[in-house]
Amino acid sequence: MSAIIQVKNLSKSYWRNNLEIPVLHDISLDVQEGEFLALMGPSGSGKTTLLNLIAGIDRPTNGEVTVAGTNIAKLGESALAKWRSSNVGFVFQFYNLIPVLTAFENVELPLLLTKLSKSERRKHVEATLNIVGLGDRMSHYPKQLSGGQEQRVAIARAIVTDPVILVADEPTGDLDRKSAEEVLTLIDRLNKEFKKTIMMVTHDPHAAEKASRKLHLDKGDLV
Amino acid sequence: MKVFKLIFRNALRHKLRTSLTILGITIAIIAFGLLRTVVTIWDSTVDATMANRLVTRQSVSFIFPLPFSYKDKIESIDGVKNVSGAAWFQGVYKDKSNFFARVAVDDNYFEVYPELVLSKQEFENYKKQRNACVVGSQIAKQYNFKIGDQIVLDGDIFPGRWEFEVRGIYQPKNKNTDATQMLFHIDYLNERMKAETPARANQVMWYMVQIKDPNRSAQISNQIDALFKNSTAETKTETEKAFTQGFVSASGAIITAMNWMSFMIIGIILLVVANTMIMSARERTREYAVFKTLGFSALHLTGLILGESMLIACLGGGIGLALTFPIVSGFEQAMPKGFFPFFFIEPITIVLAVTATLLVGFLSAIFPIQRALGTKIVDGFRFVG
Repeated sequence: MSAIIQVKNLSKSYWRNNLEIPVLHDISLDVQEGEFLALMGPSGSGKTTLLNLIAGIDRPTNGEVTVAGTNIAKLGESALAKWRSSNVGFVFQFYNLIPVLTAFENVELPLLLTKLSKSERRKHVEATLNIVGLGDRMSHYPKQLSGGQEQRVAIARAIVTDPVILVADEPTGDLDRKSAEEVLTLIDRLNKEFKKTIMMVTHDPHAAEKASRKLHLDKGDLV
Repeated sequence: MKVFKLIFRNALRHKLRTSLTILGITIAIIAFGLLRTVVTIWDSTVDATMANRLVTRQSVSFIFPLPFSYKDKIESIDGVKNVSGAAWFQGVYKDKSNFFARVAVDDNYFEVYPELVLSKQEFENYKKQRNACVVGSQIAKQYNFKIGDQIVLDGDIFPGRWEFEVRGIYQPKNKNTDATQMLFHIDYLNERMKAETPARANQVMWYMVQIKDPNRSAQISNQIDALFKNSTAETKTETEKAFTQGFVSASGAIITAMNWMSFMIIGIILLVVANTMIMSARERTREYAVFKTLGFSALHLTGLILGESMLIACLGGGIGLALTFPIVSGFEQAMPKGFFPFFFIEPITIVLAVTATLLVGFLSAIFPIQRALGTKIVDGFRFVG
């Protein structure tokens, strides 16, 4: 296995009222292709910030993030947006589905940025929704779905473009135990069956048990 | 999709808010169209004047008469083609609300005003009969006047019962030609004056002077006025345009206010639509962060927000513009008959309304676009609306 994510000397600080607030200090880590990594740590430890930097939705203060050979810290805004669309799948704690779009349309959204034809898009979306077990809910709007189902639609949206990495920020944080279990099983299946490289931020030790490796962050340092 | 579908669904997300905004734009465009129509119609009366026509009146005031004898003297000036005397008759037709211009004129009035188109036969019939009159097609239609009909006026400036017979109906040559006048022989008026009020006989209120070369209007005007210098009735001659502008300027303040109001309405509706768009964009801060995360570019987001703003503005503007036509027509009906000699929506009003609609749609989207693009993805996800 080769390292698909390489993080070198990564630091991130925020500025509030001319005051520097360091969030991550000199983080270095490698994630192997096909690995399922759980990032754990207390609130404010920098887990989500590290995930955002690796996913290219935030910029580091110092250091490098290389994903599948691309140093994303050096990409401009539009190049980074393009890179994200084909390399990263996102799963958020609060699903973040577009409420005016059906499950099918939400999943189809990332494919609109590809050159796929309408029929090809349909094939991809149907296949993906079947993988997450929602083949019968394609025409449902988010408000017509349960939390667990919404999160499964969000996972389908994240994997429909077959991204290089899948990042999940507290994917079970807003779900009841049963739904959380279903979502974790699905994520585990994506890793084991579909060989997806997954980075998951979680507070939940039970969720972290599904991962092949666990990392702990505390006050911006890997411990 | 999908973009149009998404724009459409976003616009309908808050149906009541969107409906009220569209209703607001609709009302604003109707008000704009109505006000602009009144303003442009007012201006059209000036535009309808001809450069080769001068108006000679008493220098003291328009209401004081000029003697018949001036006609020959004015005609003798080099460069003058035609001189036609006229007197404002006024009077009442059945009821005071039935307002239309009633003017006693010389027979050559139709030569001076070629835009009043009268058939040769009707003109000959008119000339032959002393109490004949010619009416404009618009009032003919409005009052159902036909050739041979009797029109009885109750005189006020020229007291008494005045009977006329319709011998001709003139057609307006241009869209802005006044087709609401009733014209009759000044000789008919003069004969009654001679018999009843001799002191008011042999007089006109003004002379229309048709000249050969419009470039000489100033020179000929000076020549006419010089002719009657130090007489009992000194004259003031000016171009027909200047003369008409003198009338219009009396209402200038109202027209200016209406002009400003029409644009202020657009300004107000701009704020309403901008407010709607700002609220919508603010509520969707998280969604824009999702779009950006998924790889949608600044151009995509701009298209979504601008498209929604344009959709709302165009729906309101389109409905407003479509309703402007019947409402302007209704307004004309509601006004005293003949108050406006012509009343129609000028193409420039439509162009301005469409431009205003597009501008409102465009300008309302600027701030929300700026905000959506300027918000970092991570800040967007943290946003609590």
